[in-house]
Amino acid sequence: MDLGNLESLKFFYPEAILTGTILLLILLDLVLPGKKTLAFLAVVGSFFSLWATLELYQASPGWLFHRMIILDNFSLFFKVVSLAAALLVIWISLGCREINEIHHGEYYTILLTSTLGMFFMASASNLLMAYLSLELVSITSYILTGFLPHNRRSSEAALKYLIYGAVASGTMIYGMSWIFGMTGTLDYARISEVLLQGQANRVSLFIALVFILAGFGYKIVFVPFHMWSPDVYQGAPTPITAFLSVGSNAAGTAILIRFFFPAVSRLAEGGNWLFISGVEWPHFLLMVSMVTMTLGNLCALNQQNLKRLLAYSGIAHAGYILMGLVVLNNDGLKAMLFYIVVYLIMNLGAFLVVVMVANETGKEEIGAYRGLAWRGGAIPAVCMAIFLFSLTGLPPLAGFVGKFFLFAAVIKQGFYLLAVVGIINSVISLYYYAGVVKTMFLDFPEPTDQYITMTANTAALLGVLSTLTVFFGLYWGPLVQYTNQSLKFFIK
Amino acid sequence: MTENVLSWMTFSPLAGMVVVLLLPSARHNLIRWVSALATLPPLLLGVWLYGHFDRANPGFQFVEKAPWIPTYNIQYFIGVDGISISMVLLTALLTFLCIFASWGIDKGVKGYFALFLMLDTGMMGVFVALDFFLFYIFWEVMLLPMYFLIGIWGGPRREYAAIKFFLYTLFGSVLMLLAILALYFTTEPHTFDMTQLIAQSGKYGTSVLPMWPFNRLGWGFQHAVWMALFIGFAIKIPAFPFHTWLPDAHVEAPTAISVILAGILLKMGAYGILRINYPMLPAATADLAYWFLGALGTWNIIYGALCAMAQKDLKKLVAYSSVSHMGYVMLGMATFTPQGINGAVLQMFNHGTITGMLFLLVGVIYDRAHHRDIDGFGGLAEVMPVYTGVTAVAFFASMGLPGLSGFISEVLVLLGAWQKYAILSILGASGVILTAGYLLWTIQRVYLGAINEKYKSLPEINGRELFTLIPLGIIVIILGVYPNAVLDLLRASLDQLNQIVIPHLS
Repeated sequence: MDLGNLESLKFFYPEAILTGTILLLILLDLVLPGKKTLAFLAVVGSFFSLWATLELYQASPGWLFHRMIILDNFSLFFKVVSLAAALLVIWISLGCREINEIHHGEYYTILLTSTLGMFFMASASNLLMAYLSLELVSITSYILTGFLPHNRRSSEAALKYLIYGAVASGTMIYGMSWIFGMTGTLDYARISEVLLQGQANRVSLFIALVFILAGFGYKIVFVPFHMWSPDVYQGAPTPITAFLSVGSNAAGTAILIRFFFPAVSRLAEGGNWLFISGVEWPHFLLMVSMVTMTLGNLCALNQQNLKRLLAYSGIAHAGYILMGLVVLNNDGLKAMLFYIVVYLIMNLGAFLVVVMVANETGKEEIGAYRGLAWRGGAIPAVCMAIFLFSLTGLPPLAGFVGKFFLFAAVIKQGFYLLAVVGIINSVISLYYYAGVVKTMFLDFPEPTDQYITMTANTAALLGVLSTLTVFFGLYWGPLVQYTNQSLKFFIK
Repeated sequence: MTENVLSWMTFSPLAGMVVVLLLPSARHNLIRWVSALATLPPLLLGVWLYGHFDRANPGFQFVEKAPWIPTYNIQYFIGVDGISISMVLLTALLTFLCIFASWGIDKGVKGYFALFLMLDTGMMGVFVALDFFLFYIFWEVMLLPMYFLIGIWGGPRREYAAIKFFLYTLFGSVLMLLAILALYFTTEPHTFDMTQLIAQSGKYGTSVLPMWPFNRLGWGFQHAVWMALFIGFAIKIPAFPFHTWLPDAHVEAPTAISVILAGILLKMGAYGILRINYPMLPAATADLAYWFLGALGTWNIIYGALCAMAQKDLKKLVAYSSVSHMGYVMLGMATFTPQGINGAVLQMFNHGTITGMLFLLVGVIYDRAHHRDIDGFGGLAEVMPVYTGVTAVAFFASMGLPGLSGFISEVLVLLGAWQKYAILSILGASGVILTAGYLLWTIQRVYLGAINEKYKSLPEINGRELFTLIPLGIIVIILGVYPNAVLDLLRASLDQLNQIVIPHLS
């Protein structure tokens, strides 16, 4: 299926609904007095978009808009993930005191625009489209990061993010221009055809791929493109940190897989992918994966600010997720998709507890969690323990199943060294996650520590996320079926 | 109920946990009684199981099987055989008694009992699981409650002890996870079913792997997997040099949790080696366990006894005596003789009852004197005669006095060891003398001699405490005169296990 502009429109409802919602939000922001209703409008719009996305599973896969974007299970999966992230983040924002003081209309507009960007990142099948969508997500992220007025940290974070982002995307587009120079096309399918003829110079192709990795890696946050993340995570409003940690990470993974698998590799039998011989990017990524998880975990050990700790833990998880990529096998890619869903649930849960505690205490330091379980916060503390142990990868929690599939893929392909590095990292990560749990349960509160209360709204969300974390740890059959089916590319 | 007897035994504590969580947290006594009630079905069913267990059948009995995640061939598959039945019974008994030993907990009662019941399910599950994935889940499920039970309700250095226990055990279990995956992908069709993994044990290659350090050691795939599993289990046993978490965890844990740790958790290591390493990887077992495991066991016996002798803290002494006594288990397992291996599993059971008693007894005195300094007491026999009498039974049983259960298992182990490694047998037997040395010396310092004026009016052991001790004491005496009560259960399965490994011994 290769459709032109007009025929494509009927497969474009999710994006269209989201765009409509964004425009409506901007207009209503001018006239509506009650700003809370804007949040509900954003939720309704996202729900309709989600519904339209699910409807598209009936359609046959193909190119839309003259091969600019692609419609297949893989892109639909990442659209669902981005919308889920957006919906949950809006829900978290409703109960977040930090957010109450800012312009709601703009906040939700930009949040949804960023989600729209992620839609395009998931479905781009042309380097130009990939670049534009990535920039759309980046620019909206810069704004969201700096959204807190009169907060120096927030502004500093936004500026840092912008500078790093500019360098990374500059490098990436330079790499893309090399690809264009070598192949004469920006279309993924045609790039693939040209590269498979083996005409391209291997060294320059490798350099081009590494340059492109700079842009993608900066979104997924892997070493050495990770430097922005701790500062940005700490400075940004907490719901936005949560959004960046799951949403833009997932979208970055989508664009990475789409480019490096169907476009520059070839599917052989048994679900194995063959890379162009002589262009050793998988080995490069293998090193990157090991360094990323190790550096993330080691840096997290000494963090005192929980958001910063979660930033480093996010870096470590980017390393784990990359394990699925370097094995060059469909099992690994499926494990990545599964892990992305699980990571979305548990990481958003952890940030929700950060929001709840910050609402009462105004602090994000680990010290603010002292004796949380003994001063009214037993339920948030238990949920936080569930999320953190799930991030560590302990059964019977969802994070374990995610890691289990990743390690299974790694062992199956015989990457034993990577597996050993991965498990040692899991043990290291237990130390800092358990450190937070220790502060919440094993330390006792002092008289000056505030009592923690929950609103019905946040309690409900907390219940949903922690139940899902436990449920997918015990029975993940349907979820794994869904993620396995999501690994279907239109171009092979 | 009788077809699903093992499921009932495993999950009734979990159901109890849910009930406990729903109760109001101020109703302490209600919570305690509900917890006791939740651990009663495993005990009663355990008695029923003891009566109905077919002693002549070496295979799995009371098997339950249901698909769980069919896509990956993961099953809910449980059952017992001679290797696990004694451990299942021990778990059912000790957890029931430990609820009563925990009666004195008055801080965070609801949380304590909820976690305790979750721990109970995890332990029972490990011993009945026959699907490797399920086994791993249960194995890890124990970690979390244990961390909190030591960390919240423990002694002064509880935070350090809890995280140390957690990190050590997690390190071991992630290695196990890699080994599980490696075995899974070697079988065809891929399976976690332990009976299948055993049946296909011929597929795990033994030819030397071409990379360092395996080529230097002469290890094949099977040896590498064996070692990964062994390290995971050795940490739990705990075998030297992985034992350092044990004194910390035992000393800081509340009394009942020390009993569970020493009585059940340590057995999981030895149980895992017998259940998994021996039948699944027989060639590697023959290469690696012979001498190595025996020597490690002997070293544990002597090292643990010497460390125990140097202790000033009564609880730490008992903790190191566990290291020493688990050495007999390893030595017995490594002999591949009927006496040795039966003695090893009997020693696991006996150590559970005897050390359980010892920790309970230490708890009794600690509750009264609020310290455990061996040199700080004296002449307790006159102040607390009943208490001293019970202590004497436990101490003498631990020492291996004929007529009490510890003697039988240690003699069986040494008999087995004599046939294969005479020198280790002699060294192991010397451990008995060292044990007698530190235990008699302790009795002398704590219970005999002049009365310490400070403790002249200590109250005698009370009814609840006696209730937790007497059943264990009775078992210790019965097994001392009639060990067949337990040995009968084990023999068929263990002999079959020996037959799997012996052909590979060169």
